[in-house]
Amino acid sequence: MAEAAIELIGINKSFGAVRANRDIALEIPRGTIHGIIGENGAGKSTLMSILYGFYQADSGEIRVNGKPASIKTPNDAIAAGIGMVHQHFMLVENFSVLENVILGAEGEALLNKSIAKARSELRRLEQEYGLEVDPDAIIEELPVGLQQRVEILKALYRGAEILILDEPTGVLTPAEADHLFRILQQLKEQGKTVVLITHKLREIMAITDNVSVMRQGTMVATRKTRETTVEELAELMVGRRVLLRVEKGEAKPGAVKLSVKNLTVKDSRGVTMVDDVSFDIRAGEIVGIAGVAGNGQSELMEAVSGIRKAVSGTVMLDGKPIDLTGQADPGELRDRGLAHVPEDRHHVGLVLAFDESENSILGYHDKPQYLKGPFLNLDAIQKDAQEKIEKYDIRPANPRLKTANFSGGNQQKIVLAREIEQDPGVLIVGQPTRGVDVGAIEFIHKRLIAMRDQGKAVLLVSVELDEIRSLSDRILVMFAGRVVGERGPETGEGELGLLMAGVEHKEAAE
Amino acid sequence: MSTPYAKLPAWADYGLIPLINLLVAFVVAGLVVLLVGENPLRAAVILVEGAFGSGQGLAYTLFYATNFIFTGLAVAVAFHCGLFNIGGEGQAYIAGLGIAIVVLAFDSTLPWWVVFPMAIIASALFGALWALIPAYLQAKRGSHIVITTIMFNFIAASVMVYMLVNVLKPAGSMAPQTRQFVEGGQLPKLGWLLAEFGLTVRPSAPLNVSFLLALVMAFLVWVLIWRTKLGYEIRTFGFSSKAARYAGISETRIIIVTMLISGALAGMMALNPIMGDQHNVPLDFVSGAGFVGIAVALMGRSHPAGIVPAAVLFGMLYQGGAELAFEMPNISRDMIVIIQGLVILFAGALEHMFRPAIQGIFASFSPRSVGITATKGERA
Amino acid sequence: MEFIDALINILNSTIRVSVPLLLACLAGLYSERAGVFDIGLEGKMLAGAFAGAAAAAVFASAWIGLLIAVLVSVGMALVHGFASITHRGNQIVSGVAINFIAAGSTIILGQAWFQQGGRTPSLPPEGRFGAVNLPFADALRDVPVVGQPYSGLLSGHSLLTYVAFLAVPFTWWVLFRTRFGLRLRAVGENPAAVDTAGISVAWLRYRAVICTGILTGLAGSYMALAQNAGFVKDMTAGRGYIALAALIFAKWKPVPAMFACLLFGFLDALSIRLQGSPLPIIGKVPVQLMQALPYILTVILLAGFIGKAIPPRAGGVPYVKER
Repeated sequence: MAEAAIELIGINKSFGAVRANRDIALEIPRGTIHGIIGENGAGKSTLMSILYGFYQADSGEIRVNGKPASIKTPNDAIAAGIGMVHQHFMLVENFSVLENVILGAEGEALLNKSIAKARSELRRLEQEYGLEVDPDAIIEELPVGLQQRVEILKALYRGAEILILDEPTGVLTPAEADHLFRILQQLKEQGKTVVLITHKLREIMAITDNVSVMRQGTMVATRKTRETTVEELAELMVGRRVLLRVEKGEAKPGAVKLSVKNLTVKDSRGVTMVDDVSFDIRAGEIVGIAGVAGNGQSELMEAVSGIRKAVSGTVMLDGKPIDLTGQADPGELRDRGLAHVPEDRHHVGLVLAFDESENSILGYHDKPQYLKGPFLNLDAIQKDAQEKIEKYDIRPANPRLKTANFSGGNQQKIVLAREIEQDPGVLIVGQPTRGVDVGAIEFIHKRLIAMRDQGKAVLLVSVELDEIRSLSDRILVMFAGRVVGERGPETGEGELGLLMAGVEHKEAAE
Repeated sequence: MSTPYAKLPAWADYGLIPLINLLVAFVVAGLVVLLVGENPLRAAVILVEGAFGSGQGLAYTLFYATNFIFTGLAVAVAFHCGLFNIGGEGQAYIAGLGIAIVVLAFDSTLPWWVVFPMAIIASALFGALWALIPAYLQAKRGSHIVITTIMFNFIAASVMVYMLVNVLKPAGSMAPQTRQFVEGGQLPKLGWLLAEFGLTVRPSAPLNVSFLLALVMAFLVWVLIWRTKLGYEIRTFGFSSKAARYAGISETRIIIVTMLISGALAGMMALNPIMGDQHNVPLDFVSGAGFVGIAVALMGRSHPAGIVPAAVLFGMLYQGGAELAFEMPNISRDMIVIIQGLVILFAGALEHMFRPAIQGIFASFSPRSVGITATKGERA
Repeated sequence: MEFIDALINILNSTIRVSVPLLLACLAGLYSERAGVFDIGLEGKMLAGAFAGAAAAAVFASAWIGLLIAVLVSVGMALVHGFASITHRGNQIVSGVAINFIAAGSTIILGQAWFQQGGRTPSLPPEGRFGAVNLPFADALRDVPVVGQPYSGLLSGHSLLTYVAFLAVPFTWWVLFRTRFGLRLRAVGENPAAVDTAGISVAWLRYRAVICTGILTGLAGSYMALAQNAGFVKDMTAGRGYIALAALIFAKWKPVPAMFACLLFGFLDALSIRLQGSPLPIIGKVPVQLMQALPYILTVILLAGFIGKAIPPRAGGVPYVKER
């Protein structure tokens, strides 16, 4: 084995009571691509932020190329030859590529020389690694894939020998991701060390030499990629909790509850995110939408729930049209029996500064049972909240407690209780178990199945393929804003994965 | 919306920390007093005695406090919606115009108790109207409301100077102000109320029924914010505009409605000096009360139960400050402006300065009381 | 000839009233480009004017006055920085506080030290920045076409006037041609990018507010030591806010800032000169309308009817390192 580019010994880091990293040991050989895999919240990003000097470890040692390194700020990391491509790009949007590349590495007080130098250096990097980008382009006018390339260029310009990429493919199309992987291979061939943080097993298997698995803040295993399997890694990632199988009976689909025809949605920059999407959901079924994050699922949900205006398309709820391109708002849709558990419960689904009972009426605050004329009926609201707390086993069982003080799982239960207990005909659920503890996941899944069995129509959007497969009666796969296929729940992970990656229908069906 | 700060018991959050901030503001103000060669402790004694030591002083203190309750409430209502209405000054000034129109038309024919409700409506209407354009521009075109309301303060000043000099000034008069109101435009004084408690108040003391109106408004604001659907919507929007959108609350409507209420409250402030004391509409009658409202709202933590005492405190400073200027020639009433600035600085901009230290103290007593917000862990 | 004289006259007073606006506007530009909103320009200018006048009166030196003015303004800028950078306080609230503290303390201290009702003693010539005559100004006075504009308009202003106008290209150069300027602009747009590039966000922003302090100190000095012969209470009279309006009007760019200040200065000079007498084509315009015009124009601009004023993206938001 080659000499270690990075060695981490006994790294600990806590945020208040949360131990994000516990006693981490890790060795990354030079000139390899090393994957670090784990679920959301396993502590991967924290560990890498420590390595990049963004945070400081509470204890432990970092060695770079065999020598102990004191990395207290990003500057120290850069000096040690470590570069990082963040999940959310650290670019100044209205600056040119050149300006972004030299920021912090200008060299001298006046810019003209450093700009000239950067220009020629970029040309060299372009030739060496195939990292083409117009140095004078303004960042906000570049597609995401190219913006990421600028981030890589920034690191290389600073002479990075070790490149850390944090969830780099989350925002990329499969073609862009492939291109990125080719670039990473090339970097490796030139002797650079690449650390790839991801929660996608496929990527690990495709391009890494070694892989380390993190779970709940600890490093549970390191393997040579060619000596391990997806199954083994998946088990290491989730621990005892192997595949989630939810007990459920046969679906008995009834009449069409929600019918979406030719829906097109653009984001705030005018980019088409949902492209001519059509589907129906019937009473008594769960329709899952699978897809890599950022392929239009969020915008689809926002449009159907009235939060985001659609550009075109017709949507029928219980056979009656909804004007999603104009006047429809979430309040009106709620009145018509469409409930929505949003992806982002911290900023959308809940007001964290409110107490529990106040959040238990959010969106339903104009329902007569919570009001006395223009006034809030506090007694009714408290009683209602108390009932939901008992029914959903929300802890602590205190409707006056600030919502920020509940755990992720209990916060999610507050949202679910609110939406489900209004007895909606259609329920749209986004990422229902993101950041939720295992016990609550089971509870939430059972609730959703119960909804289905009561004859409700459920639209489930999740990036967790397991969740989609174990809950859905039909699975739609979204890719680049389009629904590229519909499959049954028994469909294999491999086939769905290909669809999610945008491989043509027919091929995938083979 | 998780704060970077750990939590403290509510009494420390809402009592101890504001108190410490206030104390520091006064200590710094004391240093300024020292700097001009006077004894800060003696100054404080004169201040408090001047404000509360006599019925007359108390009447003046409460008269000033009336202004600040209105403007403090105005700022606070906007704060709850996440808006900074720095335009209370201009909204109150323009409201003077509304009052002038009503009172000049009816003061000789109708009794005060008929004119007063009409004047309340006119003041609220004009104040609200002056807040409407900045509100609309914020809601519809995203123009920063802090800047537009500042601009509207200056525009209001120009409008009022023009109106008073060219339109409202009676012919032949030199002073740029309306004619003197007769009986129907004069509000009854409340000196007798203090006299009931055995205090002596001269009839000249300006405390009048608008003080009672201010207290009623404080109560109504409390009801509005914490007990009505509209208040719920205002607070939702103030904490998270995304959550408000999700909940079906219209951004445009909530911004405009909140600013109308805020402007109306600021506008009602004009009743107190105009109908309660001066009995005409002079130039510059607001004289900074709109800005004091910012300090009052910050100190009162945007809650009426905090705003009323904070307004009385500033009323005390204004009245006591006048006495102080009399006793200590080196100190004029501008001392109050400094204190005001210091309160805004320490209770507003630097409100978190002492928090880590206090948290440290609390943590050393009971480590369990200082937890961290539950949201942190999932994001690592 | 009478028209030319009148024109030169009004342009001259335009320059005079524009200078403090321009200095304050550029002051605001440094801070706001770095992502620290500053509505406390007024207060810093006022404090600078008072400190400068007081020091110049005591030491009978304009230069010492200038130095003290700058020091005091920088001190107040640092208070704003301490609140909004170190303690992540609300920048608007902090700015309001600075304005009040300046308004009150200049009067209290002025009265305590000089006993002239808030004024500082009238300054002797050596305590002021007098007119600087450009070379050959007298000789060229009678040369047709160029003579009058050169000797009547360009020459004969105080040193600080020339400094103010030179500060415009200088600021442009700093902003767009130096490392400091690049980082300053970056930190106002995306502080996280600056942080991960290994640059201290706080120190960078502190340097920006120090620049603001220096320039507001110059603005105050100009008012107390050049335009007038001493400090009068509340002498800035809202100029800090007009400067703020000009900054928005100029979309946070140095050269447009100069034109915005000249425009607002021209309106001011015109309203002083006209005093209610009718204008050629428009007829009689109320003085108050002329005075309110800068604010009205700014509101119209903010409303997006004549181009959109997009502030620096990270403006007003304290930087919290977050994951």
